Amino acid sequence: MTVKEKQKIINDTIAAFINYIAVHLPDDVVSRLEELRAAENDPAALSIYDMMFENMRLAAELNRPSCQDTGFVQFRIECGSRFPMIHYLEDLLRNAVIKATHETPLRPNAVETFDEYNTGDNTGTGAPSISWSIIPDWDGCAISTYLAGGGCSLPGHAAVLMPGEGYEGVVKFVLDRIAEYGPNACPPLLVGVGIANSVDTAAQLSKKALFRPVGSHSPNAKAAEMEQLLEDGINAMGIGPQGMGGKASVMGVNIESAARHTATLGVGVSFGCWTHRRGKIVFDRDLNFTTDTHSGFTIGQ
Amino acid sequence: MKKIINGKTILTAPFTEEDIRTLHAGDVIYIDGEIVTGRDDVHIRVIKEGMTLPVDIRGMALMHAGPIVAGTDEGRFRVIAIGPTTSMRMEKLEYDFIKQTGVRLIIGKGGMGSRTAEACREFGAVHCVLPAGNAVVTASCVEEITGAEWLDLGMAEALWRMRVKGLGPLIVTIDSSGRNLFEEKKQEYKKRRDEQIEEISRRLGPLL
Repeated sequence: MTVKEKQKIINDTIAAFINYIAVHLPDDVVSRLEELRAAENDPAALSIYDMMFENMRLAAELNRPSCQDTGFVQFRIECGSRFPMIHYLEDLLRNAVIKATHETPLRPNAVETFDEYNTGDNTGTGAPSISWSIIPDWDGCAISTYLAGGGCSLPGHAAVLMPGEGYEGVVKFVLDRIAEYGPNACPPLLVGVGIANSVDTAAQLSKKALFRPVGSHSPNAKAAEMEQLLEDGINAMGIGPQGMGGKASVMGVNIESAARHTATLGVGVSFGCWTHRRGKIVFDRDLNFTTDTHSGFTIGQ
Repeated sequence: MKKIINGKTILTAPFTEEDIRTLHAGDVIYIDGEIVTGRDDVHIRVIKEGMTLPVDIRGMALMHAGPIVAGTDEGRFRVIAIGPTTSMRMEKLEYDFIKQTGVRLIIGKGGMGSRTAEACREFGAVHCVLPAGNAVVTASCVEEITGAEWLDLGMAEALWRMRVKGLGPLIVTIDSSGRNLFEEKKQEYKKRRDEQIEEISRRLGPLL
């Protein structure tokens, strides 16, 4: 295969995957929403869940984006240091976004700051956003894609607390944000919490947490316990689907953490709406791919 | 005009003040007729920049929405996906917008604040929530795009005119007495938040 042919495979696969993500929710989100609907008994909340499932069905049937806000496109690349196409990836992902914008179609959402114009194709300075990690001595590449809606990006927040505020301070930080902005952000939400040194690292980890599967747990037992306490506590607030009241306020809480300066307690929180459109594709060195987020995705879709 | 068919309350645009004043916070309604979309930039143009709306929306419905629209071969437009956007972003300008345009029914996502509630009471308007993220179901309520104004603002911010049939369910969240359902709910959520902060902190104590 020539380099050009390989570039085309990545470009076409990612463009098709963006399209698929815009139309079909990931398997973990669908099954959590099914569980939440089954546990709900408020009639108004139930009718909202019914509308959500009818929308998923109709979006798939008509191959249309499930939400008109197809988001700001964000990629997380976990690239093997020996992946043969590493040099071309950023350009290929940008081109895939342009292709998907025209073909799906996605709503053009990217506006250049200061110059204040919509670029028309969802690319621009730093758009799509791409974050990299290099995996030593691997020849494959995992690409995660997230269509970050405006409504659920709006409540994102980060700050550095005094260490004396402790984990209680983190709990208050998260719950304050949810009480004020959660009802508007299309609950049941997926909540990503980052705890780290400073605002930048805490915010990045809070977004990384949104890429973890719904229902997954932190490998750290204490963090996993805190995830469960936060999930139960936020659900007990009774925000419900669309913020109109109901049993569940969240699909889950994922915490990512890092070591920090002894004098700081950085905390960040990011939110994913109920239509949490993210997925992950893993290429091997010959560009065969697998995905464990969307079991229905095959190329040519 | 307001009628009830198979237990569904259906309002047809344009709405009279009387129709609107009979609605109460918590009511569920559906609407027929012509509506317009308008969000941040439409509000900024009318209120901050003093531009005149290209459509008279007196007595009509405004939807806080930025749809995905495609062109057709005949040079017309068709809605692919549409749903409400966060209404609170328009809170700062909505009082003046309602006062100036005479709009009677606002459709959006999430709650709005006290100034909008004041305008609803003073001028006879309501704010309703349409369950969001259901853009394909909602698009199926749009019969036709009847006009496209201010396209220079881009697809999401433009003012789209469309004819809808059975658009809903719309949950009345601010009624014309100024009752604000979301504000009431938020107070409940905040009370429970305080209880939960205490409870979680108590259980975290021995853990960390």
